[in-house]
Amino acid sequence: MTPIARQPLSLGGRDPLPYLVLPALMVLALAAMKFSAWLTLTVAGLAVGCMLFLAAIGLTLIFGLMDVLNFAHGGFVTLGAFIVAAVFAALPASGGGAAAALGVVALALAAAAVAGGGLGLVFERLLIRRVAGAPLRQILITVGGGIILQQMLIVLFGAEPLALPRPEALRGGFIIAGAAVERYRLMVCLLGLVVYAATHLALNRTRLGLLIRAAVENREMVEALGFRAERLFRLVFAAGTALAAIGGVVWALYAGMVTADLGADIIILIFIVVIIGGLGSVSGCFLASLLLGLANNYVGFLAPKLALGTDIALMLIVLLWRPRGLLPMDGA
Amino acid sequence: MAEIPLLELAGVHTHIGRYHILHGVDLAVPEGRVSMLLGRNGAGKTTALRTILGLWRASYGMIHFAGAEITAHATPDIARLGIAYVPENMGVFASLTVAENFRLADWRGDLRPTRLDAVMAAFPVLAQKWRARAGTLSGGQKQMLAIGRAIAAEHRLLIIDEPSKGLAPGMVAQLTEALIGLKQARTTILLVEQNFAMAQALGDHVAVMEDGRIVYRGDMAALAKDIPLQTRLLGLSLASHQ
Ligand SMILES: Nc1ncnc2c1ncn2[C@@H]1O[C@H](COP(=O)(O)OP(=O)(O)OP(=O)(O)O)[C@@H](O)[C@H]1O
Ligand SMILES: [Mg+2]
Repeated sequence: MTPIARQPLSLGGRDPLPYLVLPALMVLALAAMKFSAWLTLTVAGLAVGCMLFLAAIGLTLIFGLMDVLNFAHGGFVTLGAFIVAAVFAALPASGGGAAAALGVVALALAAAAVAGGGLGLVFERLLIRRVAGAPLRQILITVGGGIILQQMLIVLFGAEPLALPRPEALRGGFIIAGAAVERYRLMVCLLGLVVYAATHLALNRTRLGLLIRAAVENREMVEALGFRAERLFRLVFAAGTALAAIGGVVWALYAGMVTADLGADIIILIFIVVIIGGLGSVSGCFLASLLLGLANNYVGFLAPKLALGTDIALMLIVLLWRPRGLLPMDGA
Repeated sequence: MAEIPLLELAGVHTHIGRYHILHGVDLAVPEGRVSMLLGRNGAGKTTALRTILGLWRASYGMIHFAGAEITAHATPDIARLGIAYVPENMGVFASLTVAENFRLADWRGDLRPTRLDAVMAAFPVLAQKWRARAGTLSGGQKQMLAIGRAIAAEHRLLIIDEPSKGLAPGMVAQLTEALIGLKQARTTILLVEQNFAMAQALGDHVAVMEDGRIVYRGDMAALAKDIPLQTRLLGLSLASHQ
């Protein structure tokens, strides 16, 4: 009777096998190369994975909780990239010390989150809400909205790539056991972990998260209990687009420049991550991001000619093994 | 004599898509009583309840609750006026634990412990299953959870759709007993029920639906005595059901 009743987010028993894939890949790679090369590649791969996770987590959340595949997601990543460029232009961080540089980065992250979340709310109100429950129109309208978003960013910031030199404090690195480890990569890993943990806790340890999980399962009943599910979903949408913008900040600082195509360039990767992880799954998204980051680095080092096909090959292998992704809808 | 009912439907029509399901339902639910809504399968009972909750929109007619017109209100706003709803499929959150289901019983916040104790006294099995996922409960346990969650928070009206559906006789008896307890506490209840024995044990008033209209209205005791009328209205009699 309840048309919105759905597959619950959590399915009692957990499947432990997918969690073993990551360590297995790392051990295999270690067997195939010297330790120092392995360490460098692993840290770099985990960093790329964490960046992917930051860019992708919002997409999987919005899909898992609202059943909306937001094809404009890449536009919000680009938005974050331009925001960090604007913040750096306004507050040159190169002069000051490490604390000043970190402060400016923190400010850029906060500004991106506010801009991404705020624009997400507008986007939801103007576009998403009109096409609720109509998947085909949803695809068309989010693709169109993404194009408009990208064009608006070009109008605001120009079509030329903007150089975004990383502040001194975020450059360089150190040598551990004969391997070079970049400082910025460690920071990205830390940020990814923090966002993952925060999302996990918010969904599983707070009343709001409880409400969101209930609304995913049976929106009507949540409303019949007196809760305004629509507000919940709006909040989730804004959180998802805010996270996309945060992902954009991190990517832009990593690449050292910003173009209006950033979002479009990585959206394919984001979709691969979300599909490998299991649509709607936060843990799956994290696992898949790390897997993709590591696999790309290992393959690029060991067999450079195969590097281009790594993402697709990984997706095929995972889907043949687990057709619904590694950790389908585990709720966290 | 003419006291104002707590809930009143006047000439309510409901369309689901292009189907015209309710054809002018008039129904009054007086405070402190148990009102039964009976009728054959497909008569429109569930549709009437969903329309009250705003889960379907009434296309014509008016619905009043506690003096306010709620016809066009959104579901959460209707619930917040003090209506608890136990749907036909029970509406328990299968992926959440029993404890978590109870945490969502009251939109205002956490439940008062005394209230929870009272529910656990009525349905002790819920206390045993406190940490279990609701999806792992039996049908009867789920129904107890659904009703327990509905009565755990303070409400002015309790609406239940066919609580005995699919339950073993022993479970129905247990449920009936719990509902009798609510009746004795003067809880206002609107109850849809096919199990005539249960209806007879609980109902003060009765309304019978057919093809989206109310075709009979009266005291439950009178209908219980009139076997030919039961047969005509419901296609069954009390005797044949036992
Ligand atoms: N979602 C729907 N879409 C189309 N028609 C529906 C829908 N829900 C109910 N109906 C139709 O509305 C009519 C009334 O259904 P309703 O569920 O209200 O009956 P009911 O009296 O509750 O029956 P039961 O005793 O079997 O629960 C039925 O003819 C049914 O087919
Ligand atoms: Mg029904």
